[in-house]
Amino acid sequence: MEIMINERFEELKSEALKDLQETNDGEGAVISVGTATCGRSAGAIEVVKSFKDVIESMGIDAKVVQVGCHGHCYAEPMAVVSKPGWPPILYGYLTPSRAQSLIRRFFNEEDPALEWALGAVDENDMIPTVFETPRWSLERRWLLKNCGSIVPENINHYIASGGYEGLVRALNMGPSETIENIKESGLRGLGGAGFETWKKWEICRNIPGDRKYIICNADEGDPGAFMDRTILESDPHSIIEGMIIAGYAVGAESGYVYVRKEYPQAVSVIGSAISQAKEKGVLGENILGSGINFNIDVNQGAGAFVCGEETALMASIEGKRGMPRPRPPYPANSGLWGRPTLINNVKTLALVSRILAQGASEFSSVGTEACKGTAVFAMAGKIQNTGLVEVPFGMTLREVIFDIGGGTPPVIRASNIAGERPIAIKKSFKAVQIGGPSGGCLPDSLLDTPICFNTIVETGAIMGSGGMVILDEDNCAVETARYFLEFTQNESCGKCTFCRIGTKHLLDILSDITKGAGVMEDLDLLVELSENIKQGSLCNLGKTAPNPILTTLKYFREEYEAHIKEQRCPSLECKDLIAYYIIPEKCQRACDACVGSCPTEAIYTRRDRLKAIDQEKCVKCENCVEACPPQYDAVIKISPISELPASEPRDNSLSGQENT
Amino acid sequence: MNNDSAQECMEEREKIRKILEKWEGKKDLIAILLSIQDHIGYLPEDGMLDVAKYLNISESTVYGVATFYNHFRFIPPGKRHIQVCMGTACHVKRGGTVLESWERCLQIREGEVSEDREFSLERVNCVGCCVLAPVVVINDEVHGRMDSTKVDGFLLRYQLESEGKGNGSESDINEDEKGSGDGDND
Repeated sequence: MEIMINERFEELKSEALKDLQETNDGEGAVISVGTATCGRSAGAIEVVKSFKDVIESMGIDAKVVQVGCHGHCYAEPMAVVSKPGWPPILYGYLTPSRAQSLIRRFFNEEDPALEWALGAVDENDMIPTVFETPRWSLERRWLLKNCGSIVPENINHYIASGGYEGLVRALNMGPSETIENIKESGLRGLGGAGFETWKKWEICRNIPGDRKYIICNADEGDPGAFMDRTILESDPHSIIEGMIIAGYAVGAESGYVYVRKEYPQAVSVIGSAISQAKEKGVLGENILGSGINFNIDVNQGAGAFVCGEETALMASIEGKRGMPRPRPPYPANSGLWGRPTLINNVKTLALVSRILAQGASEFSSVGTEACKGTAVFAMAGKIQNTGLVEVPFGMTLREVIFDIGGGTPPVIRASNIAGERPIAIKKSFKAVQIGGPSGGCLPDSLLDTPICFNTIVETGAIMGSGGMVILDEDNCAVETARYFLEFTQNESCGKCTFCRIGTKHLLDILSDITKGAGVMEDLDLLVELSENIKQGSLCNLGKTAPNPILTTLKYFREEYEAHIKEQRCPSLECKDLIAYYIIPEKCQRACDACVGSCPTEAIYTRRDRLKAIDQEKCVKCENCVEACPPQYDAVIKISPISELPASEPRDNSLSGQENT
Repeated sequence: MNNDSAQECMEEREKIRKILEKWEGKKDLIAILLSIQDHIGYLPEDGMLDVAKYLNISESTVYGVATFYNHFRFIPPGKRHIQVCMGTACHVKRGGTVLESWERCLQIREGEVSEDREFSLERVNCVGCCVLAPVVVINDEVHGRMDSTKVDGFLLRYQLESEGKGNGSESDINEDEKGSGDGDND
């Protein structure tokens, strides 16, 4: 039987290699454009069209293919142009017109337009590679290896790059040795809790039952995280392969991928990948002639954060309200429809296929003693190089945020004065929020913490599934905590009293503080209530909901105190505690940029022709701050409001004319 | 006008009947509700009753599930459904002021539909386009790097578009739709 499996797979592989060769090694050029959701929303589809138009009009021998996301979302839309005689070159920040002139210059004049290039993606003597920059060199790609380099909608590309080899190895090894292999790799669940994957598998394998289920948890509800989405859209077969291996190891024949409704492209990509896998015989009945069956269905979530919790997720698949239930019984004993069920996160399952293909020892040589392998983060917020990063465990947060992420970006303020250039205003790093609404805000002093499940928990945050949102000096710690509580309070399913009512009270207290109506006793109350909610809640939504409050209170207590004692928001974010003011000494009589920007006509001209703000009408939208030419920099925010200087009277002779 | 809305209602129920036929006895409540919303844009009350009858479960179960999940809507969305993302990344990049700006310009609150049924406004948790924050999704099209000052531009474009259409024969249809919209609000 083993021979048959290997023979069949060899056939598939040679077919796949042929297909890939036809795409890549032909006479002509290949242009691969990243068209995952992030690329699309940055305009990648228009860029694809533009490439196709120019190729057709010039009659060049070139193909345009649509690949997934490279993870370098800050430079989207991106494309790799492989022209015979040149190394493949990666271009970023493309627009339809740039795409056109790039092709014209490259193909007519042999000029690769290097000012738009990020670098070559292969070693060569002509053009520096992207791997020389820290954004690339510090990364270690296991999970994201294929992202952006293969066509996700073509199974042959996946097979040709080593895909489904892990499955073949597993089928040759047998279930118990497969689990042994995962054990050797040291893989831990990447959904957030970090439970050892092999243990989960072994427990499920040892439970007797003729019907078991595998569930891939792709309900990435954590706002600010998009790792799972990228993998689903860019490398869907790695997940399918991981699920088949898991099914084989624990003895299950059917599986579900539970994807958020908010990810329409991911849903369609995984759906078409499943049907391709069936066509090739790596999924479905009698996989590769081994006699093993496995089928996968896609299930769409309807938008409930709590459904990321495994028991809630199963209730949702069963068509019920997604409410968690007490454990035990654990899903391994009694899961979906009462059957033994194994639930793993997208990243864990995708890594399983890689580990089995490339070897457990190679994987376990990366990372630290406690946490093997790599961690994937989705960096967003106030950071220069947003996107996905994959780094070995043990790297410090500082290296990730500053060396790879490039730190906090300046605010660029354009000027409407003729001949003046935009001015960059430097902003300093304040905190990093990891683990989403269940995680915490860590200040600069903790950035040297090495990344590992245990070390992150010690700081009060959690590793979570990998969302990393960076805050700068303009973000208020109290407001951030309030935002997360608003989220968890909304998403609490309502089953446990402490979570349902407790989070509401936490939110009310925080809202009061951000409005300047807090008292010092509130701070102790917040801590006490937080501890109670942690103890009194069934699932991790409630157990971790207070984390953002506890960490901000621990590391940014002085901000809470400023809000309460002085009615002052040090970061000038909380609307009720700030006022906008035009400094007369800086305001220029001839300029009325702010007047036109105000949506509520709150800015008026004073008798001395300078501008001033009518606080009654001001809605604090900050348009005037942005409109004021940075060379004048006259509009400022003042907190507390009591420090606002008295306003100058309006020039009534101008009323009705000032906007013209 | 009332005839129009009655007609609309009949058409909706007919669509729901067709959707249910496709499920052929599969008892997947959430998937059925998702499919109805995809086709009709919201979950009409009658539709939920039909689903309960079809699945032979209580009406309260259907309503309980439908109201549990954020995705389901119970009022028809406007012609342009505006979803303002309120994920963490959008929040720290001042997505809140973008939402306020939409509310101010459209003169509706989040969760509401404008009187002429042209626009509806909704806040969503995260659409996963965090790198383009703040993000707004208008009829499934993602617009990144939003700004509160850009809202006026969007509205102007829509106004020009509908005025452009107004020259053709479609103006009558637009009028009719507006008419039935008012009728519903009465």
